[in-house]
Amino acid sequence: MGRELQRKTPDELLRQVEAEEAAVTRRGHLKIFLGYASGVGKTVRMLAEARRRRERGQDIVIGAVQPRAPAEAAELLKHLEVVPLKSVAEGSTIDVEAIIRRRPAICIIDGLAYDNPPGSRNTARWQDVQELVAAGIKVIGSINLQYVEELREEVEAITGKHVEQTVPVSFIKSADEIEIVDAPAENSSGTSPEANKLSKLREMALVLAADVVDHQLAGYLTAQGIYQQFGGHERILVCLTPRANVGEMLETAQTIAERFHGELIAAYVNQPQLSEADQATLDQKLAMAQAAGARVEILEGADPIHTLLEFARSSGITQLFVGHSQRKGMWSRLWGSPVDQLVRLSQGMDVRVFPQ
Amino acid sequence: MPEHVRGRLTVFMGYAAGVGKTYKMLEKAQELKSRNTDVVIGYFEPHGRPDTIAKTEGLESIPRKLVEYRGSKFEEMDTDAILARHPVVCVVDEFPHTNIPGERAKRWEDVEALREAGIDVLTTMNIQHLESLNDQVWHITGVRVRETIPDWVVRQADEVVMIDLTPRALLHRLERGVVYSREKAQHALQNFFRESSLVALRELTLRETAHEVEHRSETDAAANLLRRHHKILAFITTDPKTAMVIRRAGRVGDFLGAECFAVAVQRTGDLSDLSEDDRDALQKHLNFARNLHIETRILAGDDAAEVLIDFARRNGVTQIFVTRPRTSKWQSLFRKDTIQRIINRATDMQIVIVSDREARARN
Repeated sequence: MGRELQRKTPDELLRQVEAEEAAVTRRGHLKIFLGYASGVGKTVRMLAEARRRRERGQDIVIGAVQPRAPAEAAELLKHLEVVPLKSVAEGSTIDVEAIIRRRPAICIIDGLAYDNPPGSRNTARWQDVQELVAAGIKVIGSINLQYVEELREEVEAITGKHVEQTVPVSFIKSADEIEIVDAPAENSSGTSPEANKLSKLREMALVLAADVVDHQLAGYLTAQGIYQQFGGHERILVCLTPRANVGEMLETAQTIAERFHGELIAAYVNQPQLSEADQATLDQKLAMAQAAGARVEILEGADPIHTLLEFARSSGITQLFVGHSQRKGMWSRLWGSPVDQLVRLSQGMDVRVFPQ
Repeated sequence: MPEHVRGRLTVFMGYAAGVGKTYKMLEKAQELKSRNTDVVIGYFEPHGRPDTIAKTEGLESIPRKLVEYRGSKFEEMDTDAILARHPVVCVVDEFPHTNIPGERAKRWEDVEALREAGIDVLTTMNIQHLESLNDQVWHITGVRVRETIPDWVVRQADEVVMIDLTPRALLHRLERGVVYSREKAQHALQNFFRESSLVALRELTLRETAHEVEHRSETDAAANLLRRHHKILAFITTDPKTAMVIRRAGRVGDFLGAECFAVAVQRTGDLSDLSEDDRDALQKHLNFARNLHIETRILAGDDAAEVLIDFARRNGVTQIFVTRPRTSKWQSLFRKDTIQRIINRATDMQIVIVSDREARARN
């Protein structure tokens, strides 16, 4: 890492990265309003923002609205310019050409998860949106949790409702800004099954938004090789060795990662000349880590402790899990056991030592 | 009334001033009023924001009371007047507020009194006031927040709602002078309102709200299953970093649904052996733990490490939280300190050495 970069503040870097991006691509901007269910008020929130922007003199058009918008939304729409949908053989799509020709500063797309009819420019609306963004337009769109492809099954298991048209989570994560529209479920008092379902969806939406925010923060910082330990995300690193009691470590790590909605990583520092038996147990442990949902990293480095800590710092680890050292004798009496050293050298993260 | 019904509490949670918590709360109050619910404003902080002030229109306000303190007059919420008026719902801005010395020290205690009387309360707070996140917030922003709310107070709210706004939009508001006056805005921009800090605080708030929502929808069976698995002990000493250990142990215990103890070991089993400074420090840490609803003990014995481990084993503790050992490697050649000995000897349980998080460098 360059010294010069290290001295810059995250904010300076943020601005720098943004400026560079803007200069190279002249790309527009994508902002997404995320809700956990229909009726939480995304459309009204988004149109209210559109109206405020218009009142401040920004050039803004509506590229798509939901067919069944609430009365409040209809009122807001009266004051805004609409580029009508384009009719094609078996339905309609947003009119990408017309919008690009009109070239507004901002375009509102209410409802991002629509598949376009056959014969359209793109197969899905989110791809139309990508085109608009690539053309330098700022797009503000809305979506409900149930339409995120990767979460579809989980949401279906909760709601029992099947949806066909979805948007990939990578598209959501590519957003420059995300805003969650959170509201407690109406009549959610008590713990009725219905209220519980909605709570589960709310939780998922909040975590998705947090992941997108984390992705943005990480993107800004890691692009510049900057340690990013000040985020709000718990990241657990389980240090694997052939001898470690991996079972308990992984079980605890998995529980904590789940409860904190955190991230689980397991790392092993490659040791030369590992016996065949040790290699076999290690492979087994790596497989266990993967099964526990950990991202597994094999690290290279002469000094295992420094290698681990270097990795931990650059990955923004907040909790380091290690097995208790068995090593006794002169070496550890003089310099401390590997665990003592880890504890001494690991600034800025908790160290959890496990029984062997 | 057939039985005593406590008022419901809804917390509008934000990640910084200006995201629109009060506005959203008042919007909710207006909605309730339009449905003929008897709602009053118990306390409202206008901050000179016209949009927000407009939202109070038509709502009944209980006048603040004047409190004299050290020759100056201050305005506080008039809890007694609200109790006498006894609305169905009361709006109380700025949940973490500390009162001028009087009947109740904290506004959240006033809110408790209202709920105790069966009044529903809508209130606002920012994430940085949550006690267990105090060190992380310091780390992120470089600001040590003094007015905090114990986590259990927020935990027993019926609803926690996240009021979200993107940092970019918030910064625009700040620059346009919507949030603070120009002068105050300049100061704010250099502290809490640095964009990278806001992004991190916002992530913290999203995850915290997710946790609050999850906690409320969890079945008792699932919670009990976790509870049986973990029991946490925080080791209390005079070291100022003990506060971090208590917060962290409390937070992990909270997330795991685990029981949590805070334990000190003294030769005499009480504080009589200590110098005045040490006694104050230890007492402060014990009180701090109690305020967070963590059970405290002072154990008697000469060998603190042995006594603590023995206690942990007898009580089925699975995790001990400690500060970082202070000894350098040269000292450790001759004499191991207590923490080091706990780490080395309690090989049958998990030991968590809590990071001494430092404030992010200010620039």
